Amino acid sequence: MTLDRRSFLKLVGAGAGAAGLPLIGHAAELMPKAGKRVVVVGGGYGGTIAAKYIRMMDKNIEVVLVEMNDHFVSCPFSNLYIGGILPDLKELTIKYDKLASNHGVKVVQAEVTGIDAAGHTVTTSKGTLKYDRLVISPGIDFRTEEIEGYNDKTSDLMPHAWKAGPQTTLLRKQLVDMKDGGTVVLSVPLGPFRCPPGPYERTSMIAHYLKTHKPKSKIIVVDANPDIVSKGPLFKKGWKKYYEGIIDYRPAKKVTAIDAGKMNVLIEGIEEVHGDVINLIPPQRAAKIAQVAGLVGDDKKWCPVNQATFESTLHKDIHVIGDSSIAGAMPKSGYSANSEAKICATNIVAMMNGREIVGLSGINTCYSYITDKEAVSVAAVYALADGKIAGVKGAGGVSPDLSTTEAIYAHSWLKNILTEMST
Amino acid sequence: MTMKWKGWALATGVLTISAMAQAAPPSAAMLSNACAGCHGTNGGSAGPSMPSLAMQSKEAIVEAMKKFKSGERPSSIMGRLAKGYSDADFAAMGEYFSKQKLHVTSQKLDPAKVKKGASLAENNCGRCHLEDGREGKDDSPVMASQWLPYMQMQMDLYLDGSRKMPEKMAEKVKPMSKEDLDALLHFYASVK
Repeated sequence: MTLDRRSFLKLVGAGAGAAGLPLIGHAAELMPKAGKRVVVVGGGYGGTIAAKYIRMMDKNIEVVLVEMNDHFVSCPFSNLYIGGILPDLKELTIKYDKLASNHGVKVVQAEVTGIDAAGHTVTTSKGTLKYDRLVISPGIDFRTEEIEGYNDKTSDLMPHAWKAGPQTTLLRKQLVDMKDGGTVVLSVPLGPFRCPPGPYERTSMIAHYLKTHKPKSKIIVVDANPDIVSKGPLFKKGWKKYYEGIIDYRPAKKVTAIDAGKMNVLIEGIEEVHGDVINLIPPQRAAKIAQVAGLVGDDKKWCPVNQATFESTLHKDIHVIGDSSIAGAMPKSGYSANSEAKICATNIVAMMNGREIVGLSGINTCYSYITDKEAVSVAAVYALADGKIAGVKGAGGVSPDLSTTEAIYAHSWLKNILTEMST
Repeated sequence: MTMKWKGWALATGVLTISAMAQAAPPSAAMLSNACAGCHGTNGGSAGPSMPSLAMQSKEAIVEAMKKFKSGERPSSIMGRLAKGYSDADFAAMGEYFSKQKLHVTSQKLDPAKVKKGASLAENNCGRCHLEDGREGKDDSPVMASQWLPYMQMQMDLYLDGSRKMPEKMAEKVKPMSKEDLDALLHFYASVK
């Protein structure tokens, strides 16, 4: 707990230093604001859609999308690459040029270092940006301070691969380089975390790879949760059917420390589990910028919002969507971020035009692969109840079984959602 | 405001789910945009197994959603989602998508099949799938530029009996060979 607190303050301190309150006055204004403007931070599943839909609904609002990278790699489907089913990450990679040419979104490639909520100003590595309303969809960061022995080099040794890109290719390379007969350890943090079924799809994909290419190997899953968090019965059914003897699933095992030299993870500080490859997924919280900007709540992890509009309950005119936000029953998933972005965009446009808030309707759909050919799905419809986002009763739920049809639909899901984000 | 809305909801009986009792009504756009993650912006699909909803008639959307909801039409996720909406929601979505422009796709198609399918379509399907499938009579769906894999999957469901064909369609489809049906679908996929 002390460690947690100290590290948290250190993090905030570092962020504030970089943003530098005295610097705000001096940093050059990047694009002087003329009319109405929304700045969107983060070009992932949430940010791209918020930016695009605000422009689609009101061309009088200038939208500036600030993203650190010139491209985005999707976490959904990255497990298929890790499992050797996709040859590379090309299909999962989008660029931002068409958001600019088709919708007039102004894309700025820069890092956001600070947010001055009172002054309605964002500080980026390229200068400051004024806004009327700000949308942040920054994703997650890791509470690495909760794992003893975790340092700057740990993710090179024990990749999390929970942000798609170099980490994904690193984990894939480690699996390919591992000798047959080796042990993979996958550590699942306590929820809530990004993509509830993600660790179990990854387990399936790694098991598929081992079964196909390294049949003497196995994967040990140490899960801090009491059971599989999402689609549990379907994963268990699939594991029994296809990966008996390959997957060793151990629930209620929380990794609290690592021994980098021995390539061990330590459960509750005592029980050692050795891996030739260790996929260590640390516990999570809202991305650093959300912490720095004071948008996280009392839990010091996630951002409380008005669930009708996704406006922060801590800072006016700042909206938080995607994994960082506390969105009631909506999970931290790509499709939820897409849906939240539209709810948020609709109501930002309404409020900036002096209109009433539009009632919420949201969806989540999520597919997970169990083998290279079979997948499972979960879906839900959301509405607002007593100010909180709740699943509509009687709707949604999981697929009855594993099937090839689900896998076919999953692929079209990816194609559509990434096309929506990039055109 | 809340009370007023609640009163309206109760009086009209539009809202049947408790989850919405205190909320303002979602707009047609709000309802429909949530679908776009899988069916594409404004209902123009980029995924070969997902249909485009753009320019489908209101009747076609409402009928399809009702059948998904009841389970009469087989589906993966659609049945589970449809249960989250009322008939009024379906009507609003139908209205919204019917106003969107036809989504034109570019698909790799066999030109010989397209040519053969064109004459088959004219002679067999044109009375309901109007204007080469660019329009649908009553609740007949728009077929023009629809993804070939989607249409093939649906035709398989029709042929194995899990999706029920309208009577007039069955009269035309049942005597046709697999090759002819495939040619037909190629033709509709090619229409721009």
